[in-house]
Formats: sequence, C-alpha cells, structure tokens
Amino acid sequence: MADCGEPDGPGNKDDIARSKNEGKELTKEEKQRLRKQKKQQKKHKERKNEKGPSETEKDETPVSLLPPPPPVATQKAPSALPAPASAPIPVPASAPFHSSPAPSPADKPAKSKAELKAERRARQETDRAAKQPGSSSSGIKTKVPLSELNPVVKRLPEHVQVDDPAVVKRLAKKLERQQIPLRSDYGYKVSLFSHLHQYSRKAPLTQLLSIPSTVIHPSIVRLGLQYSQGIVAGSNARSVALLHAFKQVIRDYTTPPNEELSRDLVNKLKPYISFLNQCRPLSASMGNAIKYIKKEISNIPSQCKEEEAKTKLLKCIDRYIEEKIVLAAKAISKYAIEKISDGDVILVYGCSSLVNHILCEAFEKSRKFRVIVVDSRPRLEGREALRRLVQRGISCTYVLISALSYILPEVSKVFLGAHALLANGYVMSRVGTSQIALVARTFNVPVLVCCETYKFCERVQTDSFVSNELDDPDDLMVTRKGKTQLENWQDVSSLGLLNLVYDVTPPDFVDLVITDLGMIPCTSVPVVLRVKNLDQ
Amino acid sequence: MELQAVLMAAGGGSRMMDLTYNTPKPLLPVGNKPLIWYPLNLLERVGFEEVIVITTKEVQKMISTDPKVKLDVKMKLDLVCIQEDADMGTADALRHIQQKVKTDVLVVSCDLITDAALHEVVDLFRAHNATLSMLMSKAHEFTETVPGQKGKKKTGEQRDFVGVDGTGKRLLFMANEADLDEGVVIRKSIMRKHPRMHIKTGLVDAHLYCLKKSVVDFLADNKSISSIRGELVPYLVRKQFSKSTNSPKVIDETHQNLKKNDSNVNLEIQISSRDEELLHLTQERSCWNDHRGDMSDAYHGGRLRCYVHIMDEGICYRVNTLAAYIEANRLAPKLFDEPAVHPSAVVSERCLIGADSIIGASCQISDKTSIKRSTIGVSTTVREKVKVTNSIIMHGVTIEEGCNIQGSVICSNAVIGRGADIKYCLVGSAQRIEPDGEHTTMSKACSA
Repeated sequence: MADCGEPDGPGNKDDIARSKNEGKELTKEEKQRLRKQKKQQKKHKERKNEKGPSETEKDETPVSLLPPPPPVATQKAPSALPAPASAPIPVPASAPFHSSPAPSPADKPAKSKAELKAERRARQETDRAAKQPGSSSSGIKTKVPLSELNPVVKRLPEHVQVDDPAVVKRLAKKLERQQIPLRSDYGYKVSLFSHLHQYSRKAPLTQLLSIPSTVIHPSIVRLGLQYSQGIVAGSNARSVALLHAFKQVIRDYTTPPNEELSRDLVNKLKPYISFLNQCRPLSASMGNAIKYIKKEISNIPSQCKEEEAKTKLLKCIDRYIEEKIVLAAKAISKYAIEKISDGDVILVYGCSSLVNHILCEAFEKSRKFRVIVVDSRPRLEGREALRRLVQRGISCTYVLISALSYILPEVSKVFLGAHALLANGYVMSRVGTSQIALVARTFNVPVLVCCETYKFCERVQTDSFVSNELDDPDDLMVTRKGKTQLENWQDVSSLGLLNLVYDVTPPDFVDLVITDLGMIPCTSVPVVLRVKNLDQ
Repeated sequence: MELQAVLMAAGGGSRMMDLTYNTPKPLLPVGNKPLIWYPLNLLERVGFEEVIVITTKEVQKMISTDPKVKLDVKMKLDLVCIQEDADMGTADALRHIQQKVKTDVLVVSCDLITDAALHEVVDLFRAHNATLSMLMSKAHEFTETVPGQKGKKKTGEQRDFVGVDGTGKRLLFMANEADLDEGVVIRKSIMRKHPRMHIKTGLVDAHLYCLKKSVVDFLADNKSISSIRGELVPYLVRKQFSKSTNSPKVIDETHQNLKKNDSNVNLEIQISSRDEELLHLTQERSCWNDHRGDMSDAYHGGRLRCYVHIMDEGICYRVNTLAAYIEANRLAPKLFDEPAVHPSAVVSERCLIGADSIIGASCQISDKTSIKRSTIGVSTTVREKVKVTNSIIMHGVTIEEGCNIQGSVICSNAVIGRGADIKYCLVGSAQRIEPDGEHTTMSKACSA
C-alpha cells in the first residue's frame, strides 16, 4: 500500500526510505512544493481543456506505457495509487518517474488526514478529467519532468491521439478551415497502435481534391502523391523533395496587397504542411527543414522588395541543402572511411542513402571490404541498396533479417542509417534496426550509426509504441502461385495486420554516432542540440 | 494553375453520317442532353472552372442561339472556332491554341461519356512527372441491334495493340493494326528494359490525354503531326526508348547546336525543367525503383514517360458510331439523376411509361401510348395508341396515332404518319414517313 514513489525529486525507493528515517520535515516541504506545482499544472490544464470530466474508468496514473489494461483501469483513483506503481511497467531504467499525484498516505503532513485526502481527491478528479484516454502514458512522462523545469505543459502532437474523438474533431475542423480534405483511416488497427493513423495507399488524398488544384500549389500536390505512393522515400530524399517543392512555391508566390511577405508566406505554407502531413506523417528531418524555412522567412526585413526577398529565400534553401545534406554526407564519409579497414565485413540494413554513399566513397578510395545487406519485408528496400552497391563493383551478400544471427559471426562492423536521433540518445530508424543492434551487441560487433545533424530532434522517446507510423496493412499480403492467403483479412474479426515503419534503438547498443560534427557517443546528442540552438 | 482543360468539339462524326448530316456531332442528343454536355459535366464535377472548347462556327452559333441546346454548365467556356473545311486534326487544333496554353493540358474529346475517376489519370501524370497520361477502358460488346444495318455488324474496326508493363500503368507500346504490315514489331531496347510486357487488344481509347506543356510547344515546331491519337501518342510512346532522350547530357544551354528539323533534340530540351539537379538529387537519395531485376536506376534514366490508366469497371463510351450512340442512350441516364419524366412534359394518365425511359421537356404524350426503354426528346408530340419500344426519338418529332416504333432512331423534326410500323429503322432529320407505311431495317436519311 505504501509503495508509491515520489513523482519528482528523488525518484526511487531508497530516497523515500531515507527521507522517512530522516524525519517528516523534509518530506513535508517536498510535499508542499509538490502540491504547489500540481496546482499550477492543474491551472494550465484547465485553461487548456474545457472538456468536462470524462467518463473513462481509466486510472489517471497509468504509468505503464501500454494503454492501461482493463483490470487496472477498473479501479478508481484514490485506492489505485499503489496498483499502477506495481502494475507491469516497461519503463526503461533511464527515467523512473512515477507520477502519483499525491504523497503516500503513510507520510502525514501538517494538515489533517481528511483535508489532505479531500485535496488529493479533488486534484485527482481534475487530473482525470483533464487527461485523455490512450495518451495518458506518454503525456505523464513528458509532462511531469517538464513541470520541474517550467510550468508550461507541452501539448501532445495530434498524430498520436487518433483514438481520441475530441482531438480528431479538432483536427478535422482545422483542416476544414484550411480547405484540405481529411484522409480517413483504413482497416482494423491493432489495439496497441490504435492511437496512430493508418491509411490505405489505394485511397489517395487527391480523390477528394479538385483536379486543377487551386487551394494547394501543384508541386505540393505532386509531392504529397509521391510521398504517399512511396516514390520519394528515405529521410534525405523527402527533405530534398520538400525543399524543392518549397522553391517552386516561393517562385510562384506574389504578396497580396496590404500584406507582408514575411508573415503571409508563412501562413501560406501552413495548409501545405497540413496536406503533406495527411499524405504521410512528416519526418523529423522535414520538421527541422520547415522550422528553418519559417525562421528565414520571418527574418526577412519588411522593407525588402519582393523579388529580392524571393531570391534570398531561394538561395537560403539551396545553401541549406548544400550544407546540411551534400557537404554533411561528404564530411561523414570522410570520418567513416577512417573506421573502415581493409578486409572488413560490413553489415548494412535496408537502404540508407548515407550509408550507401559512405560505402561507395570508401570503395573509391580503394578500401578492400565486402558488404552484407540485410533486408526485411514488406518493404524489401535492401534490394535497392544491393543494386546500388553491386553497380559500383562492391561484392555483396544478401540475407533476410531472419538469418541475422547466422551471419553475424562473420561481420566485423555494422553501419546503420538513422531517420532521426532523439534527444535522449535513442536512434529512430527503420523497423528492424533495433534488432540488428541488439544481436550485434550480443556478438560484440561494433555498431556505428551515421546521421547528419539536421536529423537531430528534441523529442524524447524510449519505445516504439508512443510515436510511430503505420503503413498500409495490405502491403503485408503476398501473392504466391496465384494465391493470396491474406486476401480477406478484414473479414476475420480477430486478425489485425500491423505494418510498422520505425523503431527506436537504445543508446546502449550503439557504439558510435558519426555526424558531420565528428564522431560522438550517442549520449552527446543533447549537447549538439543545445549548441545548435545557441547558434541559431 | 495546374492543368488547363481543352475540349475537342470540331469533329465531324464521319462514322455516323446518317445522324450528323444535319446536326453537328457535339450537339446530338443523348438522354436528351447534347453530347457535349457529358465531357463538360465530367470536367465540372472534377473541379475545373474554365474550359477551352475548340469547335466549328456552326456549333458555336447553335450553342449561343438555340434555346433547345441548353448547356447548363457553370464553367467558363472559351470557344475557339476553326474552319470546318480546314480539315484540322486534333494536334493541329492544339497548335492553333498554343498561345492560350500556359500550363499542362488535359485534352478531352466531345464524344466521351464516362464516369471514370479522373484523379487516377492525373495522379499518374503528377506522381511520375509523366509526359503523357491517358485513359483506356475494357471494351464492352454492344448488344443492341443497330437500326439501318442489315445483317451482322461489320468487324471492320481496326484493332489497337497496347503494351503495358507488369504494373499495368506504364505504356510501352502502342500500334494500330492498320500501321502494321505483317506482325507486331517490338524493339529490342524495350524488351531489354521491360522483359515482361502485357499486350492488350480490345481496349477502348477514351481520347482523354494529359499532356505536358512542352509537348504543345513541341507540336508548334513540328507541323507534320496532325492527329493526337493517330500520330502524337505513338510518337511519344516510341520516343520513351529512343537513344537521344536517354543520354545523360544536361541540355539547358542555349548555345548548343540546334538543328531545327531534328525533333528529338527539341523535345528533350523542352522536357528539362528548372532545379533539375535537385530532382536528380532526390531520385538519387530515394530508395525507390519502378522496376527490379537489372542494374538501372529508376525509370531506366529516361525522362520521357507515358502512362495509361485502364478502367475495369464503369462506363466509358466514345460515341462515334451508331451502335455506340444507341448504347450510350441506354446508359446515359445512370450518369445523372434527374427525374426520368421531365416535369414540364404533359403526360396523360392512361399511358404506360417504362421505368427506364426518359421523357424530355415540353413533350405531349397522349392516351393509351406505351413507351418502353426509349428516349423521347424535347417538344415531341406522341399521339394516341402509339407503341414505342427500344427507340430513340429526338427533338421536335411528331408521331401520329397508332404508330408502332421498335428499335429505331428518329431524328429531329421528323414526322411519322399515322399507323406507320417502323422496325429497326433510322429516320433522318425532318423526314416524313407516310401513313400506314411499313419499314423494317432501313435507313431513310435524306429524301431521295
């Protein structure tokens, strides 16, 4: 019953025991501080959410990162404090914050027991009311540590709250205002991932648009189509294509009268970004590129003439691509080639444009090595990587990921590409990467991740459930000898097809990250981010 | 602006002269609406706001003056007239309006009746940055007997051979039987790049093309091409695999030696766009390929690409023969949901009107008539005891009492005398059928 951790401050049981033994004074102060912070939090939440108390029976303290399983959820809050703390909590060791909203009943502050209980209950009611089902777990995780640093609570992105009808309605209203059609979800979603969007490739967003698209610039429509059909895939390619489309938009843009370019152009870009988000969720690199562009546009002085401003912006975009993508690739290959020695057997996974570039450069600098390409369904991107490497003359082996543990004894190094590097050092990459890193660690094979700095993002994630992308489930169907076994998967009520796109690899499995700033350990990512922010 | 719509309405309807000698083809009534209404409605439904209509002076006059020809479309129609006797092909017409064409064009023929999802065609055009994207449909057999034709239908229609790749979207080969001497000849370069090709016959070309602006500019320089379907499309399909468009030279310097009569070079120059390096960088970094099994990059490095969308289900008809005209009349009511009997028609109570018949505006249907599976045009008068089955009656026709009309087409302003018995006939405009006449399977077009 008394097994609840403190929500902040000393976050583990030792400290509680220590504080209990030291005396009630310390804990009293802490509790008062806690209470103040909770009140502030509540105020912010109330301002943000006008929603009435939700009908959910879900616990407001589901610390588990799975959506609260029904047996836990049936308990009401006041008595359920200890239960979630001991519930199956797959929280990785790095952040053992437990968010119990109130101190344990065992420690009594100056106020009377009854008053405390009433206060606690009231706070829990409002917390429960403010929370939305399915998002609570990650919400707690990001909200509680932040309340330590600043009272402003960050909002959860809408694309991970799909099972909340209020959020979906808000999104629909926003899209309606921007005159963009809403893309509807497709098929049965596996319950663990019901908070994410799942679209079908056969239902493109363009069938709801008018054909000579007037609301959205034609190059953005084309880009959205290419994203949703997978013609432009891969973090770098998507960013370059995005910037290319923005260049067309800027070229065709004319400032309306009585408006300033710096403000109006940013507003023009917002519906385009929503459209692209509907076609396919934005990647971290695209997000950073968009932030950069918006900053550049807002920094245009108001007395600048339109033509001048446009040429300046186009130059900025070209410079960004040149610096962050092309030159960064050159710098990274320079560092990486130092790590490749003659006689190496290098393992790569999927098709990462950066890793392919590195290997081709190394081959040109006459390093002797061979490559093992590991591939996985349903994307089978490894075939494209294989083609590009063999075209250059590199000798390659091709296996599927199920054969990983059989070929790893031969491998001397593993080179992985990344989709994004998160602020806590986790690597977000194509699904399967964390498996490769795990098995490589078991075989004591060094794992090197290659990533440009513009893919570093400030998000924190420790598992692959919270924020991911669900691809078209029909991709998992395969036709052999004219028969497609899963053809009628929608008719089977207990069957769900899951096509995940990304997964996160913990920094313990990664030995080195090669970036254009040099070779850094995985945990130095926040430093890079901080330095980057200072620069800008 | 992304796409401009161009409607080709200058065709003469040479394969149904019986119907079109008096009424120009774009204004032939199908389901009591002029034929040109259907493609215009398709464009309007999809979201176009302006259409350039290329037509003859006669049609333009009729559209603007004749009250019966109602084009209730809300789009802005920009009518461009060409001379009737100039014998202009569709490509010549495009060349004629080259100045008006500012972006990529969507060319539609006026005799197309379809409920296709146009976004499929345009999506192929957009996503793959294609030069040409077109619509085709599986042909359906015509089941109705064609009036005025004795015996079985002539199978003189030349077949089209259409070759597509494994996905069914990329157009690899197109030839008409008339152009082939002995057999189908396929170049080795195509087979090397696309070893699996599906060749289909029995497809109806809907004559709906998305063309890049550079193609219209190319047409302006090459005056030898006069028909889009007959010459331009096969040329573009062939050019996909020709050596010059695949060479990796970057051609946007103007000091290059341009030979004016070398059309290959011209087309390639016009295809390259601004920011070509960024597009190239994107393709290089993207892990996508449109084919697998060989060592080449996506699209085999080619810059000219032609795509086709083949419809499996749905209505797609080109009304250029009499049989197609009759079939279209049967199916046209499904495309719009106006009431079958026009509210202004005066229909007496003791007549039998079948569920799939259409009665036009201001008609007068008298007692004891029976109308089944037929279309009655505007301002037609049908007297008592008339039986009309499976027929198409156009505007302003007068049918006297006791007639029996079956499986026929009666053109506008004709008069069918009392008690006439007409089976599978085609009665031309303003003709008179004498009373008590019996006509079977004949075509009375012009008075002798």
